[in-house]
Amino acid sequence: MLTKDQIAQRIAKEVKTGQYINLGIGIPTLVANFIPSKIDVVLQSENGLLGIGPFPNEDKVDPDLINAGKQTITMTKGSALFNSADSFAMIRGGHVHLTILGAMEVSENGDIANWKIPGKMVKGMGGAMDLVASAENIIVAMQHCSKEGQSKLLPECSLPITGIRCVKKIVSDLAVLEIAPEGGFILLERAPGVSVEEIKAKTAGKLIIKGEVPEMVFE
Amino acid sequence: MINKTVKDGKEAVADIPSNCTMMMGGFGLSGIPENCISALLERDIDGLTIISNNAGVDDFGIGLLLKKRMVKKMISSYVGENAEFERQLLSGELEVDLIPQGTLAERVRAGGAGIPAFFTPAGVGTEVANGKETREFDGKTYLMESWLKADFSIVKAWKGDTAGNLIFKGTARNFNPIMATAGNICIAEVEELVEAGELDPNQIHTPGIYVQRIFQGKDYEKRIEQRTISK
Repeated sequence: MLTKDQIAQRIAKEVKTGQYINLGIGIPTLVANFIPSKIDVVLQSENGLLGIGPFPNEDKVDPDLINAGKQTITMTKGSALFNSADSFAMIRGGHVHLTILGAMEVSENGDIANWKIPGKMVKGMGGAMDLVASAENIIVAMQHCSKEGQSKLLPECSLPITGIRCVKKIVSDLAVLEIAPEGGFILLERAPGVSVEEIKAKTAGKLIIKGEVPEMVFE
Repeated sequence: MINKTVKDGKEAVADIPSNCTMMMGGFGLSGIPENCISALLERDIDGLTIISNNAGVDDFGIGLLLKKRMVKKMISSYVGENAEFERQLLSGELEVDLIPQGTLAERVRAGGAGIPAFFTPAGVGTEVANGKETREFDGKTYLMESWLKADFSIVKAWKGDTAGNLIFKGTARNFNPIMATAGNICIAEVEELVEAGELDPNQIHTPGIYVQRIFQGKDYEKRIEQRTISK
């Protein structure tokens, strides 16, 4: 099973030079730590910044410079600032190439649920619905099963959904999977030491296995 | 040149009545109009509808207005950081309308720009789409959303001049410039107020036409929600 850092590390391998990327809160934020320095990308923060840099040193903390998780940040060279309408114009307009976000459930046709659990306090969707409705490539970082052992990769989402038919790829603690155009989770890679049988048993949606499934490689 | 200067937050919000609709800039606690919030707390009004991306925290920002029971309804995208908010919501004292953040921003922009409605992909196939018109463009389904306007919009800028021109700093810009356009009366509080002519017109983010009242704020706390430091 992968740790949260390893999930982030594996997702970082999907990142390509030249991409503008929006990272969600949680594991997706960790992806930035694993993007190799030879890969040039620009990170977008939906509260109005292109060019998120590392967290600041104590003496550089600026309350007027935060990310969408309200954490203090810095700006990289070549950054740009803008208002919230411009920010979502670049998201909806398809200018942000890749969105990486967390999920509570994903269905085999690529629906995602990550904003609401009925009966619990509803905090709101923030920018998630705009992001999943718009990005050309959406990668989900998630745990394969709930704490109770229930699969979160389902034939259909049971929770209120955030967006339909939008997820392209999933990196869970057990596997890398792709959503097939006709529906189904194509098993691409296994976490080290995790068997195809275990992934089969823990995937409630339709799992598609094509030949040998390699183990993930971590440098 | 029209001089839009008022003395302080107290004077700026003195005529805001109960039961009005108000936009308030800020993302989290960044770029919120701290002085106007303090001045509103001194007013004996309630029944406010507040359009703001977030609802502050228990003891700062809009959270203070909630605690004083001045707010009837919040229109927001994310409201997670506030226990008093949660209590009022669960007890039915507070109405909440949750809107995708980009839709909220565009509805405000549309309100200021005189566009009554637009189509967005955000929320298609979700409960956000319930009761709303959908239409297909180039094979993809979109949802119709309408403009948002307010009786007052209250924004915070970094610098401003007596003509109402505004410049924002960092990510404290967020919803402030678009909300400035969508309020019948826009009140701007700024960290540094200068005479008209002292700001470079090339650098203005919000032209003064949108701003009716402006004042120099004071004692900014600029509270940080998640102080995160490099290891």
